[in-house]
Amino acid sequence: MTWQATGATTDRPVVELAGVSKTYGDVAALRDADLVIRRGELLAIVGPSGSGKSTMLNIMGTLDRPTQGTVRIDGHDAASLSDRELSALRAGTIGFVFQQFHLASGVPALDSVADGLLYSGRPRGERRRLAEKALRRVGLGHRLYHQPHQLSGGEKQRVAIARAVLGDPPLLLADEPTGALDSRSGAVVIELLHELHEAGTTVVVITHDRDIAATLPREVRVKDGRLEHDSGRAGTSTSLVPEEAVR
Amino acid sequence: MSATNTIRELEGAANPEPPRRPKPARMNPADVLRVGGSGLRSRPMRVFLSALGIAIGIAAMIGVVGISTSSTEDLNRRLQAMGTNLLTVTPGQSFVGDAAHLPAESVEMIGNMDDVESVSAIGKTSAKVYRNDHTPKQETGGLTVAAARTDLPKSVGAEIVDGRWLNAANSRYPAAVLGPKAAEQLGVHRAGPDVKVWLGGRWYTVVGLLAANELVPSLDSSVLVGWTVAEKELGFDGYPTAIYTRAEEAAVNDVQSVLGATANPETPSETTVSRPSDALAAKEATDDALSGLLLGLGGVALLVGGVGVANTMVISVLERRSEIGLRRALGATRGQIRTQFLAEALLLSALGGLGGVLLGIAVTGGYASYQGWPSVVPLWAMAGGVGATLVIGGLAGFYPAVRAARLPPTEALATT
Repeated sequence: MTWQATGATTDRPVVELAGVSKTYGDVAALRDADLVIRRGELLAIVGPSGSGKSTMLNIMGTLDRPTQGTVRIDGHDAASLSDRELSALRAGTIGFVFQQFHLASGVPALDSVADGLLYSGRPRGERRRLAEKALRRVGLGHRLYHQPHQLSGGEKQRVAIARAVLGDPPLLLADEPTGALDSRSGAVVIELLHELHEAGTTVVVITHDRDIAATLPREVRVKDGRLEHDSGRAGTSTSLVPEEAVR
Repeated sequence: MSATNTIRELEGAANPEPPRRPKPARMNPADVLRVGGSGLRSRPMRVFLSALGIAIGIAAMIGVVGISTSSTEDLNRRLQAMGTNLLTVTPGQSFVGDAAHLPAESVEMIGNMDDVESVSAIGKTSAKVYRNDHTPKQETGGLTVAAARTDLPKSVGAEIVDGRWLNAANSRYPAAVLGPKAAEQLGVHRAGPDVKVWLGGRWYTVVGLLAANELVPSLDSSVLVGWTVAEKELGFDGYPTAIYTRAEEAAVNDVQSVLGATANPETPSETTVSRPSDALAAKEATDDALSGLLLGLGGVALLVGGVGVANTMVISVLERRSEIGLRRALGATRGQIRTQFLAEALLLSALGGLGGVLLGIAVTGGYASYQGWPSVVPLWAMAGGVGATLVIGGLAGFYPAVRAARLPPTEALATT
């Protein structure tokens, strides 16, 4: 990854939101949000539905542009990038996990996961090799050629996670990753996210589930489009960097 | 707020140089094809039906072109076998409108020309022919009785199917050779000393039967008798009414231009010179209008097929919004989404095009073998067929592809 090339850039925050607002017509989905996420963090963005957390995800994932404010992803000012460049940024920097898994029916897990690098310019053989590695990493080495209908919900989500982390992106955005799962499968998925975090990936979990949020090192609460509480910012005036990132 | 500002300023100081701008990677063609095909694989029935629409259009066009080419090829081969160097001289009308006649010596004069391979003639008589002497006089059946020179088969390419042709000996006696239509009307199925027809008031022995002659179809309904016997018994005046000339292949046009003047030097304008192979080709060529109409119908079918592909693609884009959203999230640019759906439309119609070409070849082959023709489908028609489907597919896929590419990723992902 390019960010590892120079020592000076390694402590660059993965996500920086400054004064970010998003309005749809008259409705403000997100108001004046400030957030810094450092490399190696694991945090939850928690809030009830309609609180603006999905808008935050879309903006952090560069799927949507803010009405106001600055967004920096891995040091890139999103506003200065074209749609093409944002696509390339997503391809190389951001992994997505969705509540509905988004696995194509009839496609074996290995190929679904390999598609995670389809737009990275890497050859197919390499994509498939990495996909197999990623599937083994999420504990699905025995499900390489299974199709979605042959997998349980938890397994599907693990396939989706494998696809998201295939290219080792600095940022993993998980949108309600346990929303469609029973609590046991959900726990496995959360455990997996912890493992990825321990291995160095920055993981952002968007959830409405406070219990899950409480198990994560940092918790950002969103309500009515505002950031209400940020556990990682307690006493940030002296310690700018959250502890997890200092590791 | 102030805390974050401070952070940003510190960050700015720590990282003075901005990171390199991200650049989208190009997809290699194999991946483009694979992604385009993946959308088709998941809906085989729909793909089959919309490809069928295209295939029918292409098959219709290939079939029309193939059948008309096969028919032309058949004609060419037949003409090749019959020879295109036959020229016919017939008397035209005289200046005052009477029927003119060719001089009796015209056959010899033509035979003396350079570049003439062979020459022969017939002379129509006013005699009538009947099955037997009891047949009512008015039942002539439209048959012609003509005097024929013994060298006629060589110039017109007449073939004897039974018996033999007139020769120097029997052309002095009441002997006749029948064209196939004449034989049918007279109820004659074979030649032989005991087979007779009632001609000019006496019995003539049928010594031979002719095969159908495409170059000179008038012979088919003719009863041919010897020149001498016609003059002696049937009141024939000895003037040829049709002279058949075979010219050297390379000199056919030259011979044709002077043939009239040679046959009748005194009044060349009273002769008509024609080339039967040209007339035959022209007759077959009159089918062109029908071919054009059928080709147009094939084009309409192709257009309808194209609309079918467009419809399939529009639906496909609507159904696959979340897939589009996912691909955008995975890093696909708008261009790559557009390419994907365009590739899908092109693959879909190429599939139909190939199927249509095969179907068209099958139709041509079936019809040609039914007609006993050689089966020919020109390469340009096949290439054109596939090319046309690609154009149609590109047009049909363009709008849906643009729509797919314009779909905002968040909106695409919002649909479940």
